Amino acid sequence: MSIDLELGLYVFVLATFLGFQVIRRVSPLLHTPLMSLTNAISAIAVVGSILVAGEQKTTLSTVLGTLAVTCSMINIVGGYLITYRMLRMFKKSGKGKS
Amino acid sequence: MIDSFIPLIYLAAAVSFILALIWLSAVATARRGVIVGVAGMALAVGGTLLKPEIESYRWIAIAFVAGTAIGIPMAMMPMTAVPQRTALSHAFGALAAALVGTAEYYLRTPNLDRFTMGALSLEVLLGFLTFTASLMAFGKLQEILPTRPFTYRGQNVINISLLGLAAGAGAYLTARPEATWLFPVFGALALVFGVLLIIPIGGADMPTVISLLNSYAGLAAAAMGFVLNNYLLIIAGALDGSSGFILSVIMCRAMNRSFTNVLFGAFGQVQPDAAAEKEQRPVRSATPEEAAGILQAAGLVIVVPGYGMAVAQAQHKVRELYDVLTKTGIEVKFAIHPVAGRMPGHMNVLLAEADIPYDKLMEMEDVNSEFPQADVALVIGANDVTNPAARHDRGSPIYGMPILDVDRARTVMVVKRSMSPGFAGIDNELYYMDRTLMVFGDAKGVVGNIVKEFSGGR
Repeated sequence: MSIDLELGLYVFVLATFLGFQVIRRVSPLLHTPLMSLTNAISAIAVVGSILVAGEQKTTLSTVLGTLAVTCSMINIVGGYLITYRMLRMFKKSGKGKS
Repeated sequence: MIDSFIPLIYLAAAVSFILALIWLSAVATARRGVIVGVAGMALAVGGTLLKPEIESYRWIAIAFVAGTAIGIPMAMMPMTAVPQRTALSHAFGALAAALVGTAEYYLRTPNLDRFTMGALSLEVLLGFLTFTASLMAFGKLQEILPTRPFTYRGQNVINISLLGLAAGAGAYLTARPEATWLFPVFGALALVFGVLLIIPIGGADMPTVISLLNSYAGLAAAAMGFVLNNYLLIIAGALDGSSGFILSVIMCRAMNRSFTNVLFGAFGQVQPDAAAEKEQRPVRSATPEEAAGILQAAGLVIVVPGYGMAVAQAQHKVRELYDVLTKTGIEVKFAIHPVAGRMPGHMNVLLAEADIPYDKLMEMEDVNSEFPQADVALVIGANDVTNPAARHDRGSPIYGMPILDVDRARTVMVVKRSMSPGFAGIDNELYYMDRTLMVFGDAKGVVGNIVKEFSGGR
């Protein structure tokens, strides 16, 4: 087993544990914004997409990379924006308009 | 030598994502969570753009513009369409992972070591199957496709053998990455499996399925992290994967069902015999005027919203009712079942959109002890989650499912279009109780009329 793989697995397992601990604390009230936020975060695939699109090694890889960057960008922009929009709607009684 | 700082930039991005999720746990800090999440993504994108491997920015820039142009309208969809939108964005996220995996395969083969190829196979498999599965889920939620589950003989055998074939192809490619002829077959198998996976799944199971797809999209990104040897991708993917997993476990528990049962059980078919032997039992019905009269005399009213409220777009009328009741000095609370609606937290977002304060939205465990003190339980568009049969009728398909104890309120009012059974295809015995009044009609119209009576009658 290479050292990269070993480290990678450690990182993955620890991050999964951390994820479990953190997400368990999220109030069910916010489960929809949670899903749209994690969706935006998983658009981190943009990192791989940018590299494939920018390296310009073959036409195929550039086309696939460009499509992938577009898809990721949709989720980054759309995901963060709608999460913010949703959260702005949550108001306590006695506050906000009316 | 700016690129030697890139790993540090990625580290900062990973920390930002973790903080974003920590802050999202409570409403008071949640918006801060989104902002730090955006900062994390900006760091990740900025850091990547600095990499010396990038030869040209032209296509990246075009893709940024195109993605933004599609992303903004997708963020502006109405709150009732949030489940569909979420399914669609899972599809985009998964497609991105699958496309990068495909590109990497053709760029690097045959110089792929076994481990990298294994991760790449996983990335492509999860990416493509989540892509088509999410599109199918989108189709069902948008009602382009029939929302009833569709089953045929041998369905599970076909699905499992197809998954087996896809996994086998992935394993073969891992052992022999040079078998380029197999790669398109592998991708196609994953795409077809995604479609078949969702065909037997009905609307009421969507909360679980959407959560599961959320998890897969994250795991596909984490697998990409192993291929590219990038810890930021591994961390972000693992966070998303665990989040989707936890949500789907919560959804399964709220329905007292297992994963396998959700994915292969085809819940929600109308059993032919059950439909045939439907006897005519008497129900008490009431007009909106009568309903308003009863509400006027109440001290505590608990509203139980369900998917029917979302379909009828009745949330703003419900808010008007909340306003007139509160002004009269009547206490109003909302009881939210975890699987009410089509995705986790769906009802909360709809009611928040209608400006109902979130401290009035109560979770099942907290609100159930309050039903015996409630004068009126007002059920709007919810069905199976209120069926008392889940508590005592061992023969019922929903036996054991945690429900809202609506039947313990002094009076139960059910706003419903007709007597047709709910998603599980079973009759709700709540409707036949002496204390239950059925108010028939479209939720928006009925609630609107109650409000009118209320404000007019004072």
